[in-house]
Amino acid sequence: MPDRPPAGKLKIFLGYAAGVGKTYQMLEEAQAAKSAGVDVVIGYFEPHGRKDTIAKTDGLEVIPRRKIDYRGGLFEEMDTDGILRRRPELCVVDEFPHTNVPGSDRLKRWQDVQTLLDAGINVLTTMNIQHLESLNDQIWNITGIRVRETIPDWVMQQADQVVMVDLTPRALLNRLARGVVYSQEKAQKALENFFQESTLVVLRELALRQTAHEVEIRQVDYDAPGFEPEPGYRDEAEATSDNADRILILVTPEPSTAMLIRRGKRVADYLHADCFAVAVSREIDLHDVPPQEREMVEHHLNFARNLHIETRILQGQDVAKTLVEFAHLNGVTHLFLTRPQPSQWPALSRRSLVQQVVHLARDMQVTIAADRTNRQHVQPV
Amino acid sequence: MPSAIRRRSPEELLRQVQAEEDYERRGRLKVFLGYASGVGKSYRMLDEGRRRKERGQDVVVGAIQPKTSLDIEAVLNKLEVVPLREIDGVYVMDTPGILKRHPSVCLVDGLAYDNPAGWPHASRWEDVNELLDAGISVITSINIQYIDDLRERVTRITGKQVTQTVPRSFLNSADEIVVVDAPPEMCIARDGQLGSGSGGPEQKLSELREIALLLAADVVDKQLEAYLQRNGIAQTFGAQERILVCITPRANAAPMIASGKRNADRFHGDLTVAYVRQAEISAGDQEALERNLSIARAAHARIEILDGQDPIETLLKFAHEHGVTQIFVGHSTREQWWERFTGTPLDRLIRGANDIDVRVFPH
Repeated sequence: MPDRPPAGKLKIFLGYAAGVGKTYQMLEEAQAAKSAGVDVVIGYFEPHGRKDTIAKTDGLEVIPRRKIDYRGGLFEEMDTDGILRRRPELCVVDEFPHTNVPGSDRLKRWQDVQTLLDAGINVLTTMNIQHLESLNDQIWNITGIRVRETIPDWVMQQADQVVMVDLTPRALLNRLARGVVYSQEKAQKALENFFQESTLVVLRELALRQTAHEVEIRQVDYDAPGFEPEPGYRDEAEATSDNADRILILVTPEPSTAMLIRRGKRVADYLHADCFAVAVSREIDLHDVPPQEREMVEHHLNFARNLHIETRILQGQDVAKTLVEFAHLNGVTHLFLTRPQPSQWPALSRRSLVQQVVHLARDMQVTIAADRTNRQHVQPV
Repeated sequence: MPSAIRRRSPEELLRQVQAEEDYERRGRLKVFLGYASGVGKSYRMLDEGRRRKERGQDVVVGAIQPKTSLDIEAVLNKLEVVPLREIDGVYVMDTPGILKRHPSVCLVDGLAYDNPAGWPHASRWEDVNELLDAGISVITSINIQYIDDLRERVTRITGKQVTQTVPRSFLNSADEIVVVDAPPEMCIARDGQLGSGSGGPEQKLSELREIALLLAADVVDKQLEAYLQRNGIAQTFGAQERILVCITPRANAAPMIASGKRNADRFHGDLTVAYVRQAEISAGDQEALERNLSIARAAHARIEILDGQDPIETLLKFAHEHGVTQIFVGHSTREQWWERFTGTPLDRLIRGANDIDVRVFPH
């Protein structure tokens, strides 16, 4: 997929939970655009039975949903082709991270949106912070829920604007209690997991920080000539190394590799660093790797590519040596490894991979990424 | 869900009960935070007052900016106003009048205003503090340029000096803080005060917006800490990156601290440099340690000197208690023969860190 910005402009209304008012604010903006003479349509809108929000669609043209037959059931999805035919200037698309029913043209709604943008249509959309790919493990850790529908970080980075729709957790809980957000039964269930106050507070902080980050990356190019850092403390490493951070992630069959990739990419994004991922096998193209493991490695490499990380399969007899040699050749400054598995701990006869890499990679930083799934969850006393 | 509740000491329990009682007695403070005039924070404040009144709460307006728009007039008409008092030509919030009226909620605009000489409090935010102490909840609004530790940065961007400020600690004590996050283009038309300073208006507003979002995130972080404290919850995860750089006299501390500083800055996170006190170190080591600590101070890191029998355990305990997300350690590549059998300190650190990234700086 090319990284060049698409023709249309994307604006994301970012929230941290259902009911903070993302859709409402998006529709308000659509109404304002319409009053200003912009040709606006609703491509997809999820009413959730919220009266105030539904009222905000008054007078806006709606492109009817497309019906898709799947396993005897009839499902409704956004009619992307219909919108393309109608060609509005601005299209409203609710629930950006939605996964389309099988049989749709594209797997994900964000890909539908991508199509609209490529056609030069501007899009307003909504999402919650828990759907951002690089935060997936942290969200699991905080809420106990593995969010399946995710948005790759680069998709958010391509957005022209990210706006935080903010509401305090207490106000949100009040709304929930008043039945504004969900029906009574669903509200009760929601209160039991996502909607605990301390959870909401953490999610909200994540959303605020992410929005600040999105604002920041849109204003300053740190690598641009003439960029002056704040006076005061002088960053030696940055001054001498030309700010050329390069991160290399080691891909293995270990399930925790997915976590490692997300974490490495997130760190790379914040440091404005290049990011690569490699797997190492003794024979070319993983031929010596047992099928099951090979499938896992390929799955992980594919996952990395979906996050716009360049990948490579290296050939070498010794994993640590091959990895570090490649790193040296490519000016890598920072390696990312998974934690050694418990079975590898008794280091009686041989050193762990971590030890071997640290031993060889004298001039690099080596991060052993946390296992963020193991953190214990907390309940009030 | 498993829970991480630890057994608490009587002192901790007492502190918790005290915190709960203080919290219950005091009014709640809610702040609408704006990054430029024209984002609509006063309107949001008043509108919340109106909605609360409609839901049956006893709401009054304690202070509102003199210049108002039609939107604001419309909401004001639905609310009871305790008029400002005029003292030597200066308008001041009638705190005694509000205390006597004793509403459950009071709306206060212009939090940073100075009071005239002779008024019991020098600044309006101190009046608000008194209202809160009296059990009156306050909803207020403020522009980030009036927050003391942000004033300089904001002035650099806007080129506009302000003299009145509100301390950051007061803001940190807020129960709720809301960012009024209007996108920049909405403010440009309305705002004529971004003339000087560098960069175009959109760039400036964008920088101010980022400051406001991060400020709100920091306050939210403080609230979470307070909430957890009040409820006796030991929660190790958080939304903020917290970096702990572990140094020793022999460590090659400069690159570790430089890297820690840069990572903390880019993540807008928190940087701590820790040293576990070693008994009987040589004069040379002591000197080296001092040098390393001065590097840490120059990087504006928080410095922690820890005591403990076992350095690894001490560091891990500190890291877990303080929600650290990344530990930076130096590691000598010269291995001792016995470490082949016992595992190196690095092995132990990685094993114990489990839910924290360990970043190794080999040397």
